Amino acid sequence: MEPPEPNERTSPDREKRRRLFEQEVIRLMDRLYGTALRLTRNPDDAEDVVAEAVERAWTRLDDLRGWEHFEGWLFRVLNNTFISMWRRRRSRQDRETEFDDPDSAASPDERDFSLYRKLHQPFLLWWGTPQDQFLDRLVLDDLQRALDSLPDPFRVVVVLVEVQGYTYDEVAGLLEIPVGTVRSRLSRARALLQKRLWEYGNRPAAARDPRNGGSSTDGERP
Amino acid sequence: MSSDSLTCEEVIRQLFAYLDRELDTQVSAEIDRHLETCRECFSRAEFERRLRQKVRETAREEPPERLQRRIRAMLDRY
Repeated sequence: MEPPEPNERTSPDREKRRRLFEQEVIRLMDRLYGTALRLTRNPDDAEDVVAEAVERAWTRLDDLRGWEHFEGWLFRVLNNTFISMWRRRRSRQDRETEFDDPDSAASPDERDFSLYRKLHQPFLLWWGTPQDQFLDRLVLDDLQRALDSLPDPFRVVVVLVEVQGYTYDEVAGLLEIPVGTVRSRLSRARALLQKRLWEYGNRPAAARDPRNGGSSTDGERP
Repeated sequence: MSSDSLTCEEVIRQLFAYLDRELDTQVSAEIDRHLETCRECFSRAEFERRLRQKVRETAREEPPERLQRRIRAMLDRY
């Protein structure tokens, strides 16, 4: 007599899959949440995106071609979950303007801004350069604030390309926009991000400079 | 350097596409060679690389307790 079909919910294979899934999701949680937070800018939305992505991933686990691809696949599910949410939330009119290239009203300074050019002083020796010092004291908080300040279409391409390493073609496919638009948004986004960092990063520098009335706190008594 | 080597201006213009690995292998190799010999462009490329690494670090954040509980409850249900 044939043995009975194992109950799908309790079969060893299913349990093994479940355990692997759980292990991987928990391992990736801080990056899933961090990425969702950068994409949405909102902690509640980020939680929803992560939870929905995990749910979607579990129900579509048969689509996964090998556990070695799980990480990339799960992040793709996360991105698609975010993009669906983003689209759902916008009225048709908003969508038309938000998804089009938000290329209006940018001054040449904003389009071409380069932190490196602002900081670079060619007569200095290569060690201890202003650009190195700037990066050394750049804090996560300023970076997050600068990223969060970018308009949605700009921020999303930066997160997809710089943070997640997608190609321009992949981003074009995910967002359903031409690859030329990905390029132009990325270029504008980087210039704008660097401009914001220059503005934020410059503030503490000025405050620390005694010539500007600031003072160093190193070794000082109150 | 050969006469068809890239100029600094050409390297800087394509620098982000180079860092994004969007250039074909030949152009990418030409930029590699330029960066080996040009301190100025190398310095710029290093700056943009380091900045990108910092941007990448912004996408790692400990999930709040509430989300951890929510995910745990979902995983227990599967």
